[in-house]
Amino acid sequence: MNIDNKIESRKPPVATTGFIGWLRINLFSNWFNTIVTLLVAYFLYQIIPWFLDWAIFSADFIYNYKGERIIDRSFCSRVANPEEYHAACWSIIIVRFYQFIYGFYPVEQVWRVNVTYFLLAIALIPLLVEQLPYRKHLIKFTIIFPIIAFILLYGGFGFEIVPTNKWGGLLVTLVLGVFGIALAFPLGIILALGRRSKLPVISMVCTLFIEFIRGVPLITLLFFGMVMLPLFLPEGINMDGLVRVLVAVTLFQAAYMAEVIRGGLQAIPQGQYEAAQSVGLSYWQMNRKIILPQAIRITIPSIVNTSIGLFKDTTLVIIIGLLDLLGIGRGALADATWMGLSNEVYVFVALVFFIFTFGMSRYSLYLENKLKTGINMGAD
Amino acid sequence: MKKLLSILAVSVFAFSANAGTLDDVKNRGFLKCGVTTGLIGFAAPDDSGNWAGFDVDVCRAVAAAIFGDSSKVEFTTTTGKSRFPTLASGEIDMLARNTTWTLSRDVNLGFEFVGVNYYDGQGFMIPSALGVDDATGLDGATVCIQTGTTTELNLADFFRANNISYEALPIETNDEARENLFAGRCDVYTTDASGLSATRAQADNPNKWVVLPNIISKEPLGPLVRHGDHQWGDVVRWSLNTMIIAEELGVSSANVDDSKSSNIPEVLRLLGVEGGYGEMLELSNDFAYNIIKQVGNYSESFDRNIGPDTPLGIGRNLNALWTDGGILYAPPFR
Repeated sequence: MNIDNKIESRKPPVATTGFIGWLRINLFSNWFNTIVTLLVAYFLYQIIPWFLDWAIFSADFIYNYKGERIIDRSFCSRVANPEEYHAACWSIIIVRFYQFIYGFYPVEQVWRVNVTYFLLAIALIPLLVEQLPYRKHLIKFTIIFPIIAFILLYGGFGFEIVPTNKWGGLLVTLVLGVFGIALAFPLGIILALGRRSKLPVISMVCTLFIEFIRGVPLITLLFFGMVMLPLFLPEGINMDGLVRVLVAVTLFQAAYMAEVIRGGLQAIPQGQYEAAQSVGLSYWQMNRKIILPQAIRITIPSIVNTSIGLFKDTTLVIIIGLLDLLGIGRGALADATWMGLSNEVYVFVALVFFIFTFGMSRYSLYLENKLKTGINMGAD
Repeated sequence: MKKLLSILAVSVFAFSANAGTLDDVKNRGFLKCGVTTGLIGFAAPDDSGNWAGFDVDVCRAVAAAIFGDSSKVEFTTTTGKSRFPTLASGEIDMLARNTTWTLSRDVNLGFEFVGVNYYDGQGFMIPSALGVDDATGLDGATVCIQTGTTTELNLADFFRANNISYEALPIETNDEARENLFAGRCDVYTTDASGLSATRAQADNPNKWVVLPNIISKEPLGPLVRHGDHQWGDVVRWSLNTMIIAEELGVSSANVDDSKSSNIPEVLRLLGVEGGYGEMLELSNDFAYNIIKQVGNYSESFDRNIGPDTPLGIGRNLNALWTDGGILYAPPFR
C-alpha cells in the first residue's frame, strides 16, 4: 500500500458547514426564505428586547425605583411615576405567592401540600426514568399516589380536615389536571374497549355515554356537576364542590380519551387479534398483552394532546366559582391594593401554564422516541 | 327549562326550609356566605387570604349577630351564572354578591331579597378631554358595551329617548372594556356606576376620566336568602338594618361601649340594654352590639371599602341616609 500517494482530504467548502452553512441551508436557502428570515428577525428584534426590559431589567420586584419596599400598587414604579416608568411590577405575584400556589390553605397545615407536591414528583420519576432500580415497586407507589394525595390534602386518618373551599391556586389546577387525567385514562380504555365490544348492550351503553359527553361542552358538564348532581343525591348527603367538578372533568376527559384509544385499537391489524386468539389468550389477556400496548403506543401524541387540552380547560372552573390559578389571579386584581396590574398577573399565569404544558409535550416526545411510535406496526 | 330548574330549586328549598337555616348554621358553628369571585371594593381576598369588602361585611355582620364572632364565616365564591343555583341547592346560607333585586329573581327563582345595601345604577364614563358634562351630549359617540346584558337595552332606550345616536363596540368583560377605553377605541364606557368607579381607579391617571352624573337605570343590590325560611330571612334582614340604624343613631364601633349608657331609648334597645329584641330573632340580645363592635355601622363599612378615601372613591349619593338626602332607610328598632 502506497501511503505516500495519499491525497490530503480537503475540507468541505465553508459555505456548507459550520454556522454559516447552517444559516445558508436553513435560513437563506432562497429569496423567499431570506425575506421571511429577515422579517422574523426584525420582528423578534422589536419584541424581545422590549419584553425583557419590561419583564426583567426595568421591572420592580421587591423594591421600587426609590428603594422602598412595595406593599401595594401605589408603591409600584409604574403607578407612582407613570410618566417615566412602564415596566412590570411583580410584587403582586411575590406578595401573593402563597395564594397563587396554595389558595387559602391554612398556613399551619401547608406542609401537607408541600409533601404532596414532593410525592407527586417522586411518583412521576418511574414514568420518566426507565433505567431505575426497583422501578416496578416505584410504579406501585405511583398507582396508589392519588389515594395518599387525597388523604394528605383533604385530611382524615389523624390529619385535620381542610375543606376544599380553602384550596385554590395551583393546587386546584394540579388536582383537577393530574387527577382528571389519571382517572380518565383507565376509564377511557374501558370505554374504548366497551364501544368495540361484540355485546350490543355494552357497546350501546358505551357509545351513548361517549357521544353524550362529547356532544356537550365542558362548561355544561361543570354546571351539571355543580347544579344538577346535588339534586340526585339523597337529602343530607352533600358532595364536595371540588369532587363534583372533578367528576365532571374526569367524565369529559374519559370520553375524549376513549375515542383517541379507539383510534389506536382500529389501527391494529386484524392479524394481531387472530394471532393472539390462536395461541389461546383470553379476551383480557389478548388486550392486556398484545392489543393495548400497541394501541396506546401509537396514540401517545393524541393522548398527550387531549391531556394538555384538559389541563388548560381547568381554568373554566372559575365560571362555577372555584378559584384556580387564574381565579386567584383575578381575585388579586379585584383587591383595591393591587388592582390594575393585570398584565403582570396574566403573564405569570401564562408562564406557569406554559411550564406544565411544555413539560407534558416534551414527555410525549420522549415517549415517542423511546417507543419509536412512528414505525410501521407490521414490520415491527 | 328555566321553569323546570326553578321547580327543582323550589323543591330543594322546601327540604332545607324544614330544617331551619338558623338552627343549621348554629349547629354547624359557622355561616356559609356566597360572594363574588372578586369585585373591587365589594369582595376580594386580601394579601393574607382573608375576604374583605362591602358585600363581605354583610356576611360578617350576620356571623357576628349569630355567633358574636364576625370571623365565623366560610366564603363560597360564585359567579353571575352559578350564584343562584348555589343558593338554591342549600350549599350556602345566604348570598351577598352585588345582585340586583328584580321581580323575577324575588318571585320566580324562589329567593327572598332581605334589603338593599347598595343603590347602584347604570352610568357613563368618558375621558375628561371630551369636554362633555351630560350624557345627552354624547351624540355619535362610540360606546363600549357588554353584550347580552340589561345595560345594553338600557343604553339603547336612553339614546332613543333623547333622539341621539351611538355606535356600539361590543365587549365581553370589564377588563376588555377598560383596555378599549384607555386605548381610545371607544369614547364611552357604560355599566353600573360602582363598576365605572372601579375602572376609573385602575387608570394610570384617574383624573383623565370622569363619571357623568346621569344614572339611567335602577340597580338595587342586596343580600338574599332562599324563599320560605322567614325566620332566617329576618336574621339577615335585621343584621343589615342594624348597620343602617346604627349609623342613623350615631353608634359606631368606636363609641359602641360608651353608647350602652346613652339616654336615647332606641340606642339602648339596639344595644340590648333594654328589651328582648335579640330573643325575638332567636339570637342573643346583644347581637346588634356585636355587629357594630366587630363590623361597624353602615358608613364605617362604606368608607372602609368603597368610600371617598378608598381608590374607588364612590360618594354616598343615593346611599346616604334618608336624613342626608339619600334613600337609605331602615324600619325602626322597636
